[in-house]
Amino acid sequence: MKLAEIIDMLDAELIVGTPDQLQIDIKTAFGADLMSDVLCDARSGCLLITGLTTPQGVRIAYALDIAGIVFCRGKRPQPQSIEIARELGIPLLRTQYIMFETCGRLFGEGIIGCIREICAGDSFREI
Amino acid sequence: MKSESEFVGNVSIVGHGFEYAGRVSNEIKKILLEQGIPEGIVRRVAVVIFEVEVNIISYAETGFIRYQVLPDSIIIEAKDKGQGIADIELAQQEGYSTADDKIREMGFGAGMGLANIKKFSDVFEINSEVGKGTYVKSIINIDKKRS
Amino acid sequence: MNLDFIVEKMELKCKCCWENLRREVSGGYVGDLLSDVIANSNSGDIWVTRQVHQNIVAVATLKEHAGIIIIQGAQPDKDTIEKAAKEGMPIMVSSLPAFEVVGKIYHLMHYT
Repeated sequence: MKLAEIIDMLDAELIVGTPDQLQIDIKTAFGADLMSDVLCDARSGCLLITGLTTPQGVRIAYALDIAGIVFCRGKRPQPQSIEIARELGIPLLRTQYIMFETCGRLFGEGIIGCIREICAGDSFREI
Repeated sequence: MKSESEFVGNVSIVGHGFEYAGRVSNEIKKILLEQGIPEGIVRRVAVVIFEVEVNIISYAETGFIRYQVLPDSIIIEAKDKGQGIADIELAQQEGYSTADDKIREMGFGAGMGLANIKKFSDVFEINSEVGKGTYVKSIINIDKKRS
Repeated sequence: MNLDFIVEKMELKCKCCWENLRREVSGGYVGDLLSDVIANSNSGDIWVTRQVHQNIVAVATLKEHAGIIIIQGAQPDKDTIEKAAKEGMPIMVSSLPAFEVVGKIYHLMHYT
């Protein structure tokens, strides 16, 4: 699903993003507020859905090559986050929907989790 | 003589500057990508450095991160002056955390940091002395076939 | 929709309070920041989180959630289960990440 279509479906506002980035095809997603959780289990190319608006979310997105961030619950990213996202080229969206609704809608459109399942005691996994 | 692909970088970090967490990781990632290191390897290095950085910022007064790029591996070392870790075994367990509410509300401090570093490293070493500081070493192999 | 329907369809492992699985679930909330969950979730929600600390039981009880689903293979602390058993708050675990857990529950809620 293209980022532009996701914006429509979530009635989202595009805060940072170029016309090229609107054409990015999103296949997977990851929802979390805990940044250590994102660092551990998000995968490159996924769409991150979070309520945490600090610059660290954007920095993690860059570290992991995450395709973009959707801030849910109407949360507005901090000004510094916006600045860093522009610099690092990470698209930022904002939706009024809660994370439950956001994930539910995207899942219904065929987007899947960027990891399917966790096995206890998993050692290194390809990211 | 060193081969062209080998190089070393040092970054010092001051503790308690939470708003800056991740900056070092991002900068080093850019440098490694410019050097042509495979993306998958760079992502693992970026995660390890991110976690190390967050640890220093959360628990230490000062610290530094040194990274060394060798032809077949990347070595990351972090050393800090700070409170240290009393029980290293316990601290490596997922979910164990001594973080305060401030760190938790920033989305960290869920007790996954050291476990994460270990997970993304091929070799992981840690030493710590209470009241003095902590040393962490992570080696990530550059497996050219896999990446 | 009752909680036990979700538990069955999602193949969740219930850690405590089986006797309360007949509870009605009226909505869902995902969140890991406790202050946010307190501020924005509703009573009757099934709460999906990666937090395992015993504070989640206090939050879920306060907000009268139907139950808590801990995701991504994480296990609740011993204290958490004890406290939940005392409060009658069902705790379930899933090895799936939040996105998949929610996607499936959302589907169950809207299309069954």
